Amino acid sequence: MKGNKVSIIGSRGTKRRSEMIAGKIFVICAFFAVLSVASITIYMIINGTPALMKVGIIDILFNSDWSPASSNPSYGILYVIFTSILGTTFAILIGVPIGVLTAVFLAEVSSKRLAAVVKPAVELLAGIPSVIYGLLGLMILNPLMYQLELAIFKNSKTHQFTGGANLISAVLVLAVMILPTVINISESSLRAVPEHLKSASLGVGASKIQTIFKVQIPAAKSGIITAVVLGVGRAIGEAMAISLVAGSSVNFPLPFNSVRFLTTAIVSEMGYAADTHREVLFTIGLVLFLFIMMINIILTKVLRKRDESDG
Amino acid sequence: MKKQIRRFLTLCSMTALTLTLAACGSGQNTNSKASAETLAQTENTVAENDTSSDNQTQAEDTALSGQIAMAGSTSMEKLANALAEDFMEKNGDVTVTAEFTGSSAGIESLLAGSVDIGNASRNLKDSETAGGAVENIVAIDGIAVVVNPGNSLTALTKDQLISIYKGEVTNWSELGGSDEPIVVVGREAGSGTRGAFEEILEIEDACAYALELDSTGTVVAKTASTAGAIGYVSLDMVDDTVTAVELDGTEATAENIKAGSYFLSRPFVMATAGEISDQSALIQSFFEYIYSDAGTELVESVGLIAVDY
Repeated sequence: MKGNKVSIIGSRGTKRRSEMIAGKIFVICAFFAVLSVASITIYMIINGTPALMKVGIIDILFNSDWSPASSNPSYGILYVIFTSILGTTFAILIGVPIGVLTAVFLAEVSSKRLAAVVKPAVELLAGIPSVIYGLLGLMILNPLMYQLELAIFKNSKTHQFTGGANLISAVLVLAVMILPTVINISESSLRAVPEHLKSASLGVGASKIQTIFKVQIPAAKSGIITAVVLGVGRAIGEAMAISLVAGSSVNFPLPFNSVRFLTTAIVSEMGYAADTHREVLFTIGLVLFLFIMMINIILTKVLRKRDESDG
Repeated sequence: MKKQIRRFLTLCSMTALTLTLAACGSGQNTNSKASAETLAQTENTVAENDTSSDNQTQAEDTALSGQIAMAGSTSMEKLANALAEDFMEKNGDVTVTAEFTGSSAGIESLLAGSVDIGNASRNLKDSETAGGAVENIVAIDGIAVVVNPGNSLTALTKDQLISIYKGEVTNWSELGGSDEPIVVVGREAGSGTRGAFEEILEIEDACAYALELDSTGTVVAKTASTAGAIGYVSLDMVDDTVTAVELDGTEATAENIKAGSYFLSRPFVMATAGEISDQSALIQSFFEYIYSDAGTELVESVGLIAVDY
């Protein structure tokens, strides 16, 4: 009986020691996260900079000709960078409004019955693996895009037909993929808005819609911005789904062009790249990494400033 | 709290002990593999005195064990898998594994020492042979040009093919077909199929691809599902979802390739680091199997052309 109960009267030294050990274990676990980020950063920098020295920053970042396997290889990733930026921007522009409005619907407007249908659907959407989105895009979206492409470019002499695998397909797939993230986080932050703000607004005579858009959404702004940041992170880092629907040719990112993203550029060529080519792929990884860091830092600063100004 | 910590520590030490024992166990396995190989080697020297090759393979069959790792071309997938399965069936203790990462990656893995055989669906480059890779041609493959089954045009000349892939001709009606835009499908930059295709047609840096896909299978799928698409695949991957095109009047068949009248063909190379005679007994017997009658039969059964040795 004495063995499995911790006495609160005796063994004060044991309690202090066990608290200290537990504390140390927690610090070690937390340290793993810091260690991971630090080692990833250092590894990316070490592997990404040799190519910058060898090929030259201007030749990689500001050149648009990507032909690594030709006799006179050229490693310009300008179009690839544009594609990632434009693709992510459009995916956000499509996905965030739909996501936020769905969150508003779930948190404020819907009846219990409707919410019981929509909420499980959103949660299921969050759990679907990204490859499935890619397959669905391949089977459903690409043929539709091809019909559209044929109709629009019927008389064009210069357009290269891609069978439906273009920037728009990739953007649509990305927009659907970031929806669950945006919806879930926006909804939680909307629900977390203090009840007295809503009651005060309704009390002075504002309609429900006015309350939602002028009071609740501004109050939940930090949560919605977090949702956007996570959505951007997912969109810019997606490789599998869009490699199946985007066509993989290096072109300027016009809507109906076959395009290559930073992520698909790495994925499709890493398997067999030799020396310089492989180092340039690591540089692409570094560029991607820097983009995500920049977006996170900028948005965190915007959040902090907003929090401070709101007081 | 004390008891829980003690339980946790016991669990940790037990896991550590189990892992060390497993490592020791696999150490014993490598010892037995080495002894089996020396046994096979002595049997080899004895069997070499025999004149018939069949007896030779049978004498080794009884003592072979170990692992053969292959990596390389996706076009060689069918051949590599078929050879692996058949060889493993004849030699129960041998495991043959194959990865499909692309011709250039396969030879790189070979030279780095991580695999025993590198598969390439093209001749080896000078830089690769300079690094020590030896080219062993095991089969000849044809590259078939495939179009969507709904395409009205099923015969092309070499010049028409070149102009399509260079982007000079963009609509099937310019070649006598229906009014459909041509969707040019190809492989990614390190593919052996692409390298061989562009080299034979001499359009190395001049191709204008609409889609650059990752594997032969994806090219077949995309061509089958997109009207107006044209692509190139390994001959043994052509199925009835796509139509193989006649080039310069000759169909893409094994007989025509052997006769030399179909010009799009390339060698399937299983490269080794150094001559075959310098490899382990297991690898040597694998190559002997490939060059034997059973191997030739297998090569032809997957739709390739066997080389005369």
